[in-house]
Amino acid sequence: MRKVIHRKLSRNFLRLSLIVLLAFTSSLSAQEGDAAKGKSLFNANCAACHQLDKKMTGPALRHVETRLSEDEGLDRDWIHAWIRNSSGVIKSGDSYANKVYNEYGGAAMTAFPQLSDEDLNNILAYTAEEKKAAPAPAAGAAPVAAAGSSDGISNELILGALAILFILLAIGLYLVNKTLRRFAAAQNIELETETGKTPLWKAFVQNQFLMIVVAIFFLLTSAYFAFGYLMQVGVDQGYQPVQPIHFSHKVHAGDNGIDCKYCHSSARVSKTSGIPSLNVCMNCHKSVYEYNGETSAEYSKEFYDGEIQKLYKAAGWSDADQKYTGEAQPVKWVRIHNLPDFAYFNHSQHVTVAGVECQTCHGPVEEMEVVYQHAPLTMGWCINCHRDTDVNVKDNAYYEKIHAELSKKYGVENLTAAEMGGLECGKCHY
Amino acid sequence: MSSNKKYWKSVEELNENSSIVETLKQNEFVAEIPTDEFLGDKDALEASSTTRRDFLKYVGFSTAAASLAACEGPVKKAIPYVVQPTEIIPGVANYYATTIADGFDFASVLVKTREGRPIKIENNTLAATNGSANARVNASVLGLYDSLRVQGPKKEGASMSWDDFNAETTKGLNNVKASGKSIVLLTQSYASPSTRKLVSEFTEVYGNVNHVVYDAVSEFAAVQAFQKKYNKRGLADYDFSEAMTVVSVGADFLGDWQGGGFDAGYAKNRVPDHGKMSRHIQFESNMSLSGANADKRVPVSPNQQKLVLAKLYSLVTGNNVSVKGLPANVEAAVKAAAIQLKKAGSKGVVVTGIQDVNAQTVVLELNEYLASKAFNTNVLIKTKEGNDNDVAQLVADMKAGKVGAIIMSGVNPLYTLANAADFAEGLKKTQLSIAFSMKEDETSSHTQYLAAAPHYLESWGDVEIKTGHYSLTQPTIRPLFDTKQFQEALLAWTGNTESYSDYIKSTWNAGILGGGSYSKALHDGFFVNSTVEVEEAVELDEDTSGTSLSGAAQALASSAKSKGLELSLYTKTGMGDGQQANNPWLQEFPDPISRVSWDNYLTVSKADAAELGLSNRHVATGALNGSYANVTVNGVTVKAPVLIQPGQAKGSVGLSFGYGRTAGLKEEMQTGVNAFALYHNFNTTQNVTIEPASGEHEFACVQLHNTLMGRGDIIKETTLEVFNTKDKAHWNAVPVVSLNHEETPVTSPDVDLWDEFDRTVGHHFNLSIDLNACTGCGSCVIACHAENNVPVVGKEEVRRSRDMHWLRIDRYYSSDDTFEEDNAKKEDFSGLFGEKGSLGGFGEMEHPADNPQVAFQAVMCQHCNHAPCETVCPVAATSHGRQGQNHMAYNRCVGTRYCANNCPYKVRRFNWFLYNGNDEFDYHMNDDLGRMVLNPDVVVRSRGVMEKCSMCIQMTQKTILDAKRDGRVIKDGEFQTACSAACSSGAMVFGDINDKESKVAKTLEDNRMYHLLEHVGTKPNVQYQTKVRNTTEA
Repeated sequence: MRKVIHRKLSRNFLRLSLIVLLAFTSSLSAQEGDAAKGKSLFNANCAACHQLDKKMTGPALRHVETRLSEDEGLDRDWIHAWIRNSSGVIKSGDSYANKVYNEYGGAAMTAFPQLSDEDLNNILAYTAEEKKAAPAPAAGAAPVAAAGSSDGISNELILGALAILFILLAIGLYLVNKTLRRFAAAQNIELETETGKTPLWKAFVQNQFLMIVVAIFFLLTSAYFAFGYLMQVGVDQGYQPVQPIHFSHKVHAGDNGIDCKYCHSSARVSKTSGIPSLNVCMNCHKSVYEYNGETSAEYSKEFYDGEIQKLYKAAGWSDADQKYTGEAQPVKWVRIHNLPDFAYFNHSQHVTVAGVECQTCHGPVEEMEVVYQHAPLTMGWCINCHRDTDVNVKDNAYYEKIHAELSKKYGVENLTAAEMGGLECGKCHY
Repeated sequence: MSSNKKYWKSVEELNENSSIVETLKQNEFVAEIPTDEFLGDKDALEASSTTRRDFLKYVGFSTAAASLAACEGPVKKAIPYVVQPTEIIPGVANYYATTIADGFDFASVLVKTREGRPIKIENNTLAATNGSANARVNASVLGLYDSLRVQGPKKEGASMSWDDFNAETTKGLNNVKASGKSIVLLTQSYASPSTRKLVSEFTEVYGNVNHVVYDAVSEFAAVQAFQKKYNKRGLADYDFSEAMTVVSVGADFLGDWQGGGFDAGYAKNRVPDHGKMSRHIQFESNMSLSGANADKRVPVSPNQQKLVLAKLYSLVTGNNVSVKGLPANVEAAVKAAAIQLKKAGSKGVVVTGIQDVNAQTVVLELNEYLASKAFNTNVLIKTKEGNDNDVAQLVADMKAGKVGAIIMSGVNPLYTLANAADFAEGLKKTQLSIAFSMKEDETSSHTQYLAAAPHYLESWGDVEIKTGHYSLTQPTIRPLFDTKQFQEALLAWTGNTESYSDYIKSTWNAGILGGGSYSKALHDGFFVNSTVEVEEAVELDEDTSGTSLSGAAQALASSAKSKGLELSLYTKTGMGDGQQANNPWLQEFPDPISRVSWDNYLTVSKADAAELGLSNRHVATGALNGSYANVTVNGVTVKAPVLIQPGQAKGSVGLSFGYGRTAGLKEEMQTGVNAFALYHNFNTTQNVTIEPASGEHEFACVQLHNTLMGRGDIIKETTLEVFNTKDKAHWNAVPVVSLNHEETPVTSPDVDLWDEFDRTVGHHFNLSIDLNACTGCGSCVIACHAENNVPVVGKEEVRRSRDMHWLRIDRYYSSDDTFEEDNAKKEDFSGLFGEKGSLGGFGEMEHPADNPQVAFQAVMCQHCNHAPCETVCPVAATSHGRQGQNHMAYNRCVGTRYCANNCPYKVRRFNWFLYNGNDEFDYHMNDDLGRMVLNPDVVVRSRGVMEKCSMCIQMTQKTILDAKRDGRVIKDGEFQTACSAACSSGAMVFGDINDKESKVAKTLEDNRMYHLLEHVGTKPNVQYQTKVRNTTEA
């Protein structure tokens, strides 16, 4: 009810403002509407099925009024009647109405009896606007990139220059030394030669204790590095493969704020988070056929639009005919987070029961243009989290008794997952 | 000390002048390596584009590439659906109720599917009829993924399309119709209302149609007897939960007798309740499951069974029947049984498995006389529709060339008929022959057309298992191959374009549901129409009216004539009629009685074996070998291995059906001998001559020691009388140890090595196994196989005791007549030698008695709270969970096998080989199709690691997670393991003992409760309930 009142209020306000506007702009024809208001009305009511320049669920609407009156001889009243009650017009046997109805596969247009004449005129005014020229591609991106790269070169230059300087110094010293010796020889000065003394390396080799110490040191160091090397075998942190379709989580989850679980819905109930099937993509991308957000040199509008076309190809959607061709091509995504078979992980346990944010393990996905593996996914990483994280027992009857008894036993207020038994081998390995 | 000994490898070396020896000394290889032949061919060498240098480059590059590639992990792909079905959530199982009706097994089951793949069969606990899956039904899911299934229709071995098939066969049928010859439909028992209707419609279209129903293992005598007495077609239903005295004469009613499925009712009265339990007396020749469970088992030959039944009839009813030739001890037993029955009155019941109309009639009479409550003649078992006379007539007609077309479905007569040769001859004379089959089996490879049939998990169907008890079969997966059901073909032939599922729906809505909801019936898998009393049309078979009802007993008695050795053919729990012979789970399933897998064999009594010169022996590895015997019945000889079976009646031998198949199955599965060849006139009893044959057979027997040796603490048992009258300490004493010269029970913390861990918080799982209710049926073994991805290792490996079953059912024989006498004998041993010397005494006790008592005991990991395996693992791969489970982290295991050595229960299994994706183990885990049955929640173990029962931790974890997600407390009964869920007799109860109201917490406090090898002090989480035998003679 509140919404309706609100809408009524806003509509009344709109009407009032229109009247005010009309009062001041008497030169404006009563037939002409306000394109700006029309735009907002269009976006609120029509945009789900119509675009100005593109056939979607319904026909493209730019210059619909002139087109209808020129081609079909239909006036604005007909349009009003159609919008308010299209099925009524179809039933009345109107020939063009039936033609359109059949052309679009017998899908009736939603009736909008609530739109006033003014509203409709505003919308029509919006549709009558001329198409704007496409904005020039963003010019600022390229120089920035260039600057960035020149920065890198300058660093290398400095390092190179330093290296040359050191080499020159070394050569200089050697030359000085050589010259001095020549002088000494010329003036018959006897240079002290280190005879009878064992050379340093020999003394070193002969000192057994030192040898042992050094050997131990080397062994320990190499063991340390070998251990470090072996420990990262099979750890794919930062793994960022190229995907068959450039799906930008930044655009979807970040810019557009779509909830993770809207697409990865099975994370709530299943062990797998599930990669959304293409029909989920098409829920939105039936109408979102182009990218209108921020762009960069690397990721231009054309690039993103091309990726949407890839999706259409995979889903077997013909954008021109606005229907499925039936020739679907499943997308072979590259799996990023791979747990070995012997580890059992259940998303719903963590997402639904524990209420862990997706980002805790997957990192700032909403900022990732290309997703990478954020966490190491090692057992130590799992265990550490289980040690630190309190069990989410709030309003969960399952935990009531066990939490009361266990927290009493351990003398703590809040139990961690580990204290709940989350470190036992068999909880994850079976 | 030098020696002048000369070692020689061949006699030739001793000849000093031998030229061969000299030549061989110089040459490493006996034959010259033909390098010249290769290098001399200059043309070939030059023509080759690969020079030596190139070759080395390639080798170097590929080695480097391979080692580089090994440094990186493989790229894994994730391919989501294009359009995801709404009912499928990846990672969440869906369950569908359906019904198996393969002509031999009929059961309402639940099918667990994951991502659209059926992976497990479970009991449909809602179902009123046959809601429990036996071992074969549990294993049937693997048949779906059989790599040898026919993938599309074929004509004489060449693939064809279904359109061509329909066009050609319709034309063929019309030709046959025009020629005036008959069209025969030879099918399994479908018991399906819709199929029946379809067949009648087909008959209307084609006129001269003869529908012959053929059961491979027939119960026709019982059907005839029932029809004669009650003018209704079907079999009497028995509810053993109403019977306190059960007398069975040769009926293995815990096995497959009259369709099976009686064990749940039987088990109800086997658990002593308020001091009462049923008494079961069994007269039989082969040792069967029923005999093994009986309180008193009397071995009698098949011939004597008839006399026993006649005598029993005479004694109970008082009608005088002259019975001669019964041994005195048997006569006494019959007398006792008669008294018991009379005393029980309506609480008594008699059943028989003798394939004889008279015998079956006598049983009906007896039950009628007793007014047995367990005996139901209104609600009939409808699943045995086979008519032996029709089948015999059909073979004769076919040989005479009278049959124009034969369409077979669900039958394999060239394998299952004793006169298969006649059938094959007749088949050649038919104009048109079609077989609907999943396999190119013995029959379908000899017909013109092989119509590829779907598995039941891909099919629609309905079945009336009992009068008014209807079940539905629905597909749980889209057909894997290009298959069509027999019923779909019938629809096509009758020009009906309706789908079979719609056809069933309209049949149900029109006649069966009586206004009930079809969707609900489909959801539940069954529908019971109790209000409509279906009265069958009466049609008496002429040849059954030969004997009168009253004279049946006398006729029975006089028909029994001793003629030497008698053969009793039977079905094994694992194999049934042999339809699933290509199922590795069932092949490896050890028979509950003999514990032999991968075989059938001639069971012979010890006395007969000695007489005939047949023997069994253990070879050095402990494996069992047996001699062969030629078994001749009516001139047909079969060479079968011999197994000496304790309890086998003297003068009788047994051989099971289902083995010896040759077509449509992998070589590994072609085991055993075909007993159907001896199944003359559909009679399971045949006169037989046995002669020893040459050779020695290698058995794969998983239990090498058959007796308990008086170790009464493994299987505790007592008699009902003692149980009722004496204190627990007398019959279920807790073992004691000496502490400061005082006897202290082992359960006391004072004598414990370890401190007790507090397990009172959270869940603490326990599994209770009631030895009284357990019938040894083995469905838990197969359920465990399916749930836990237990591999199949093959006959050779089983022979080496490397079987992988996580759950085994040990079967023990007593070496005296009873286990009690065994115990007494062991207690009485004094000294090593002499009459009571333990040295000779133990030797004697290794041999089971001629008619031993039998006990079954399911043993899996006991999940000891003080587990000996955990303390010896050098890498802590096995550890204990707070919830009582003994965890096994496979990825941590390094395969030292210390744990298996230290386990007193011998339940740990070692992966000696990689059993998946290994051509050496060509079972289901070696092909992509077979792997579809794997449970994705349980890891497939690799070579070199130990594995064992996990107490289905994946299931308990799932239950806990579901409860957490719903935010609720878990109710008793929600926690299940695969075995406890599969157990229809209620012997296995699983639950949380910290929930004081749970069943398993109550069984823990029960007087009958004991732990296996309690004196070891392992404190297991598996409880056993002492077996109580009702030995009270009335």
